[in-house]
Amino acid sequence: MNFQSKSMRLNTAWRSAANYLVSGLSILATVLVILPLLAILFYLLYKGTSSLNWAFFTHIPAPVGESGGGMANSIVGSGIILLLASLMGVPIGIAAGVYLAEFGRGRPFATAVRFTADVLNGVPSIVMGIAIYSLIVMQQKHFSALAGGVALAIMMVPTITRTTEEMLATVPHAIREAALGLGVPKWRTVLSVSLRTASPGIITGCMLAFARVAGETAPLLFTAFGNQFWSFKLNEPIAALPLQIYVYAISPYDEWHRLAWAGSLVLIVLIMVSVTLVRIFANRGVLKGAS
Amino acid sequence: MTTENEPGSVLPVPNTLPAPPTKFAADPAPVSGNAAPSPIREYLSKRGSGSLADNSFAAVMLLCACSIFAIVLFILGILIVHSHQSLVQFGWKFFTRQAWDPVSGDFGALPFIYGTLATSFLALLMAVPLALGVAIFITELCPQRLRAPISFLTELLAAIPSVVYGLWAVFVLVPIMRDQLGPFLYKTLGWTGFFEGANFGVGLLTASIILAIMILPIISSLTRDIMNAVPNSQREAVLALGATRWEMIRIGVLRNSRIGIVGAIMLGLGRALGETMAVTMVIGNHPDIAKSLFAPGYTLASVIANEFSEATGDLYLSALIEIGLALFLVTIVVNAVARLMVWAVTRNAPARVN
Repeated sequence: MNFQSKSMRLNTAWRSAANYLVSGLSILATVLVILPLLAILFYLLYKGTSSLNWAFFTHIPAPVGESGGGMANSIVGSGIILLLASLMGVPIGIAAGVYLAEFGRGRPFATAVRFTADVLNGVPSIVMGIAIYSLIVMQQKHFSALAGGVALAIMMVPTITRTTEEMLATVPHAIREAALGLGVPKWRTVLSVSLRTASPGIITGCMLAFARVAGETAPLLFTAFGNQFWSFKLNEPIAALPLQIYVYAISPYDEWHRLAWAGSLVLIVLIMVSVTLVRIFANRGVLKGAS
Repeated sequence: MTTENEPGSVLPVPNTLPAPPTKFAADPAPVSGNAAPSPIREYLSKRGSGSLADNSFAAVMLLCACSIFAIVLFILGILIVHSHQSLVQFGWKFFTRQAWDPVSGDFGALPFIYGTLATSFLALLMAVPLALGVAIFITELCPQRLRAPISFLTELLAAIPSVVYGLWAVFVLVPIMRDQLGPFLYKTLGWTGFFEGANFGVGLLTASIILAIMILPIISSLTRDIMNAVPNSQREAVLALGATRWEMIRIGVLRNSRIGIVGAIMLGLGRALGETMAVTMVIGNHPDIAKSLFAPGYTLASVIANEFSEATGDLYLSALIEIGLALFLVTIVVNAVARLMVWAVTRNAPARVN
């Protein structure tokens, strides 16, 4: 083969070596990234399952020195805070998304809102915590479940807004026009045509926002504050799973470390199951044919 | 509205009409033949589509959209109000002073700024090459069948809560740092001065590693989206010139998407700057500026998390809130610039069809 001179052949060899080198490096990078993930998950599974027992789900924390005890109050507390946050955050988030997609298309104001939502998404959660502390806790003079719920709700809004907008943008115009052409008012069109068509995606977006705030600790530190006992009042400090994990993780007691692992496992399983369930529901449900 | 001087009017309007044109003078019957909006259309636009319901619906949606603005402004306002005392007392010097003495009421944020910047940049240093590698692998090299599972796995990393990363770091990463990685680094790179001193396993380096693991999925998934936005024709054009696959990636893909990739990296930086729980658990929490990466440090976010609930005295509290304000402003700027960069690339880009 004399198509190539020697220097050209060398050049070709070098180029193909570089090609293989980079391919190898990028495969290596992928392995390096997946490795810690698997390490974390397996270690968590190993540590968590060995310390999980029935008492974990039925008992409140035991005093220092006593073995046993669980995080029942934290699980319920997290549930209450998340319910509060979803009640406030989901409607506002979806409504803002509807505005961006259905009313504000192409307006500078909508672009500004979109941009602000993206930026708000990146605000550190601890800042949200001290802002809500200054607004609610300082006025009330005590920590409360409500303050925790508001902090998490604010963190949910931008994610939900952006996904709602993106999902509504994928709804074909013909469907909207068909509804409007039949004389359906715009609000009715938005509610029962656009939103309904986009609902699988919107539900997924809400669940992602939910999963994100479910594991948040920083905004709850100075709002919900945590509680070692049962509490169902919105006006009082309430326990939350991530908070309890944090407190137990930095404690010096082995018994508490054990509970922290069990708590982490429960938290992750809770997050993953909720996300997966909704994904399945959204993919298989009646709504699938709509898009 | 009025029908009197209408030139195109076919039927002359009798001047004997009783009333001068008032608000309700436009009775459908007399104006039916005019060029004014047809009564049917007027009727439909007023009643048929439920203008009251429509307008109030639009108003409610607009209100909710405005609430996003309101939230940002409210956070800014409330932080400024409550950090007023510290702002007045220390002024700009707050950010260049090294003192942190709650007892005598002497506060400066420099050690925290140093800790935040050092951990964030180290984390970026570790995460960026890996994230780019993953993104390149997923978009360009990976067999179609593996693409979805690998993307899913990397995004799973993002779903793990910060406090769980912290827990793992405390019980797994810290012992590794203390017993294996730390001594190894001291032996091989100790002469640089970055790996000196007592190594307890907690410190700037450990915090950076856990931060790197946490920001990796953000950077890699954004970079993947950006690289997917590069049209296939670009790739084909470069390949057709005889380029190898790496040259195609470098010339056809990376060069086209570099602004977006920088934006993605900055978004990762924004996340790293504000990350709280995992860092607080492994950084050692000591307000000190040390060259050694084994030394314990403190970040802006972790000092708030650690000391806020036990802050006694208004000045102490307002100094901590001022740190929060600084963190808020810095992350806003970083995020805004990063978003603009990502938008510049992905906006209007059609999805790549494989």
